[in-house]
Amino acid sequence: MPNQPLPEENISSKSLRKKSWIAFLLLIAFLATAWYIFNYIKKQPEVAGTPRPLRKTLNLNEKVFSALFDSSKLVKEYPLGAAAKKVRVNGRDGIRDSISEQSWRLKVVRSIGDTFSVSLDEIKSLPKKEIVFDFKCIEGWSQITHWGGVPLKTFIEHYNLQPQSKMKYVGLQTPDKAYYVGIDMPSAMHQQTLLCYEMNGKPLPMNQGYPLRLIIPVKYGIKHLKRIGTLYFSNEKPSDFWAERGYDYYAGH
Amino acid sequence: MSVMKKIVRKHPLAIRWFHWINFPVLACMIWSGMLIYWANDVYKISWGSTVLFKFFPQGFYKSLHIPFRLAEGMNWHFALMWIFALNGLFYVLFTIFSGQWRHLLPNRHSIKEAWLVLLHDLHIRKTVPPAVKYNAAQRIAYSTIIIMGIGSLLTGIAIYKPVQFSAMAWLCGGYETARTIHFILTIGYVLFFLIHIIQVVKTGWNNFQAMVTGFEILPASTKKTDNA
Repeated sequence: MPNQPLPEENISSKSLRKKSWIAFLLLIAFLATAWYIFNYIKKQPEVAGTPRPLRKTLNLNEKVFSALFDSSKLVKEYPLGAAAKKVRVNGRDGIRDSISEQSWRLKVVRSIGDTFSVSLDEIKSLPKKEIVFDFKCIEGWSQITHWGGVPLKTFIEHYNLQPQSKMKYVGLQTPDKAYYVGIDMPSAMHQQTLLCYEMNGKPLPMNQGYPLRLIIPVKYGIKHLKRIGTLYFSNEKPSDFWAERGYDYYAGH
Repeated sequence: MSVMKKIVRKHPLAIRWFHWINFPVLACMIWSGMLIYWANDVYKISWGSTVLFKFFPQGFYKSLHIPFRLAEGMNWHFALMWIFALNGLFYVLFTIFSGQWRHLLPNRHSIKEAWLVLLHDLHIRKTVPPAVKYNAAQRIAYSTIIIMGIGSLLTGIAIYKPVQFSAMAWLCGGYETARTIHFILTIGYVLFFLIHIIQVVKTGWNNFQAMVTGFEILPASTKKTDNA
């Protein structure tokens, strides 16, 4: 009971000393083991830029959270007025070369050796969807931004890629192949995932991935590849620029 | 024949394990959290347009080798989050089912008594109200830290999966606010830790070793125990 003093016990000072020693040695052994494990993990060979045990844990987290992924859950949308006029730019990998709309085509790989190309006008002729959402960077900042384009799901259905969409992943590459991402199919087919050609109602600026980029609100910014060159499907995890540099492959919300 | 000593069993084995497991895990969570925070270190304390303190000064980052380790920080953070959460969950369950919550939760006298404890600790008052295991100030502190832990988990989930757990993000006041609360709670742990260490040192060896051995040794002449 709360106000009763704790019961007293008698114990020989010899066995008291023994109990104390055992308890202290156990604690020191525990803390030393924790320190050892920490350093052991840090020294393990790296898999894609991070020690293997950490990579394994990330993959485990991916299993847990992709199993929990509910594609009917939508990213919160905001009124147009909330969108930033000055949109933050992070990263120029994959868009360092110049590009023109005339030369650009989206290359879609149905299967190895079976590809077709789509022009920007053909993409623009598909039903357009706009979204104003809180764009989240893995660095920790976020910004409410306004984008327009065709949902990737609509694109896939229009070009009869349903058989391919039964595969596990979508892979995207910039035309120069300097930046590339892999996306799990449920996130790729999410209704807010866009092949995006507009920002704030105007064609994408060069530094935002002109002429076509990915906007995938259920993922961190690292997956929103700018200037899509190639789109392909795979059952293996497609290579992913930041996942090769120590980051989480899933990077999803 | 050896001399007999009087002891009281103060901390159950389970609570001692939860306590000592939490120590390195929380330390590592704070460290990895700083590696993550560095990548967008926007928080500061300002008065008008004057910045009083920026979290954190460059020298602080450099001395702890924090810059450019975002991925490493995230990977440790999202591995150890499981241990932090499970250890905390087991602790709460244990205190509920063992009845230890009776020693830990504040009661209706706690606020008044905690004030008296504070006056005593500041050397303004000579005596402290009687206490069994924890005094009123400790009850409030050790219950608050658990609520803070729950707060860290919930705001953490809101930042980690703001779409799948959108209700949690909403409850935390949105994504940005959740991140701010998550940060403030971490600063809170550091302050708690500092005060905790000062109090443990002040209270002395017998009290400290009880968190390791479980028992406190009573002085031969008197039955009263000092608590901290």
